[in-house]
Amino acid sequence: MAVQVKEREHQDVETEQLMSGCEAIAEAIRLADVDVMAAYPIRPYDGVMQAAAKLIANGKMDVEYIVADGEHSQFEIVKHACAVGSRVFVGSSGVGWFYAFEAIAVTAGLRLPVVAICGNRALDDPGAFGTEHNDSLAVRDLGWLLPWAETAQEAMDLALMAWRVGEDKRVSLPVAIGLDGAFLTHSQQIVKIPTQAAVNKFLPRFDLGDRLLHPDNPITIAPQVDQDWLMEIRMQNDQAMRKAHDVVSEAHAEFKKLFGRGGDSPFLDEYMTDDAEYVVFGQGTLALPMKVAIRRLRKEGHKVGLVRLKWFRPFPTQEIVKSLSRFKAVGIIDRDYSFGSPHYGGVLYNEVRSALYSQEKRPTIVGFIAGLGGREIEQPMATEIFEKTKAAASDIKSGDICHWIGVRS
Amino acid sequence: MSDPKETSTTVEVVYRGIFQKTLAQRICRSIVLAARKRGHTGTAFARYGDSPERNGVPAKQFAVVAVNDLELEASMAKYEPAVVDVSIAVDDTLVKGVESWAWYGRQPIWKPVKKDGFLLVTSDNSPDEVLAQTDKAERPYTLVTVPGGASFAGLWVFKDDHTDYRVLGALAKIAPDWVRLDDVMALIKEQTKDESAVQSAQYGYDAAQLRPVKAGEGTSGHEKLQFDKPGWTTMRPGIVVDARKPGERNPQFKKYTARTLRPVVNFDTCIKCTMCWLDCPDECFEVTPEGHYEVVYQACIGCGICAQVCPVTDCIVMVDELRFEDNEDKWQFWKKDHDGYNKWFEAKSGVSADPKVRTPAARQEGSSNANPSANPTSASGGDE
Repeated sequence: MAVQVKEREHQDVETEQLMSGCEAIAEAIRLADVDVMAAYPIRPYDGVMQAAAKLIANGKMDVEYIVADGEHSQFEIVKHACAVGSRVFVGSSGVGWFYAFEAIAVTAGLRLPVVAICGNRALDDPGAFGTEHNDSLAVRDLGWLLPWAETAQEAMDLALMAWRVGEDKRVSLPVAIGLDGAFLTHSQQIVKIPTQAAVNKFLPRFDLGDRLLHPDNPITIAPQVDQDWLMEIRMQNDQAMRKAHDVVSEAHAEFKKLFGRGGDSPFLDEYMTDDAEYVVFGQGTLALPMKVAIRRLRKEGHKVGLVRLKWFRPFPTQEIVKSLSRFKAVGIIDRDYSFGSPHYGGVLYNEVRSALYSQEKRPTIVGFIAGLGGREIEQPMATEIFEKTKAAASDIKSGDICHWIGVRS
Repeated sequence: MSDPKETSTTVEVVYRGIFQKTLAQRICRSIVLAARKRGHTGTAFARYGDSPERNGVPAKQFAVVAVNDLELEASMAKYEPAVVDVSIAVDDTLVKGVESWAWYGRQPIWKPVKKDGFLLVTSDNSPDEVLAQTDKAERPYTLVTVPGGASFAGLWVFKDDHTDYRVLGALAKIAPDWVRLDDVMALIKEQTKDESAVQSAQYGYDAAQLRPVKAGEGTSGHEKLQFDKPGWTTMRPGIVVDARKPGERNPQFKKYTARTLRPVVNFDTCIKCTMCWLDCPDECFEVTPEGHYEVVYQACIGCGICAQVCPVTDCIVMVDELRFEDNEDKWQFWKKDHDGYNKWFEAKSGVSADPKVRTPAARQEGSSNANPSANPTSASGGDE
């Protein structure tokens, strides 16, 4: 596609725009100079596809934009494009993400750094467009890096981080950024758009090195292997995921230096936790109603706070242990479900409890399932979550309960 | 008849991939069912890694028989038995080695056979002739031959040539504690209602020849092919392997142990038409300076397509692999010693190197073990 890119150079100044999370991702695609993106409509991911198409149509972006015949093809297209050295972008939502599952699984196995967004959406049936994290979380065991954004700004920033971390040779793994449907994908916020020069400094050219599929570099990718080989291949993925932790830290430090954003920790965003006794823990946009509740409850004298998880994979175990062991009780809010799991808790609840298991000093961890299908977490619900967390503090076993919040009986 | 001294026994059947799969399965199942008749228990299974089976590539199936369920479980705890009491090779050319898949290396046929165990081979050759092509023994065992060529009885349609009954009869001779001849014969009677099948078991029992093999007996002429598999720190990441460069063959999977027959070329009658070179599925042919085509035996699986497509009668002849001691390419031999090569060609193939002399009888003998894909009319016995 030969689209003339106009006047990018002399417009290269940081600007501020009012844009949705989807539009912010499209801007990141432009800034990262993505070579190939694949699209297939499903809400809320289609917001990105429309925003990117608009940038191309307006002559602001040059990217090979392939509309696939379904999500499986969509993810296969970028996987192959990545293998021949293209920087790629793709995305989907809900059951569309699941339709691509085979391609999603092999992309991680092949260590191809595809960058995707998963516009989090409830899994059909019943049809519901609102956010739930089970679509992204379904790939949690496969070797995808999984960051979650809270704001449109963070969506753009995490996308730029995603190419840098995923394409790093020490990692070479795909990244799927979790974006809460509606709250983030379709809400417009003020976003600072960095200069191309700064992004170029942050994001080196994609280089697959000797894994590049090219006639000058004859290689075979993914031959049939049997039990003779598979454990070593899985071990390589495990090691790559272990290394990803430090690579995320490095990228975060560099990002902060260049752009002045990103907070103190690459993995956790803490809010009013310095003197807190009871905190809630979660990821994505639920931080917003919880922060409002925290400010209100603090006026009433409650020492409450929030810890927001920014990267679910690699799971920042040490950071979480260090942070959460300071508190008397932690309420984990899952915008997901894991039916039949230990204590019938959500995914985050059980992962956090597992991380803390061997710690001598550990808080009571109590679980909450809230906001499924995009249901709003309203202030009375937030208050209830903090009250139940506080009540559980006296006995570590009282955390063996997972409360459903805001559900009609 | 005595009770078994051991608590279990393991038998493997080494066979030619896909063509002999049903044969191997019938043998393994019958071992278990015959042993069941005297109260033993057992299991029969195929090696998972052999599937998908490639034509002619050595594959394995197993039968484990035990005195009770606990002993059977103990024997089954290792899925692919590393040690067997009896190894059965249903094609005598398999004694030249087993290379089942990439990085497997070429393993001596007796590799899993325990000390003083048995190697049972279907062969029309004498035990000494078979032993002469078997890797030098590291520990003593008994070589047993039972009459019969390589039975390519088929996969979907099994053209029964009684190889399985002869093998079971021979097995009853060497492992009577586990498989008794009368149990084998009763089982075959039940299964086939065919007295001639029952008599084939008796014939296998009677005709089996036992040849004790001492450590050190056998040939050291076969290529040593062994690999150390890389670990996760030395493997390339991303499930990437080096592709073959033009003209390069896979050094980790040579596949020549797939051969029952090998093509032998009469360079004098070759018309340089390129058909063999073009149609060989494994790209085994190399062009000589004169424009002839020589077979690279390190890569040839003996499929016989070259002999089929060659338009010149008896220019490429498929010959029993057991008649060859070496794996060397032959063009240099022909170049240096034209008459010597032609004598060698005639001796091996039974075909005159002079196209004016026709020797059909001798050639048929040379092709008696014909692979059906090379010679579809050669499979014997049974009904279609």
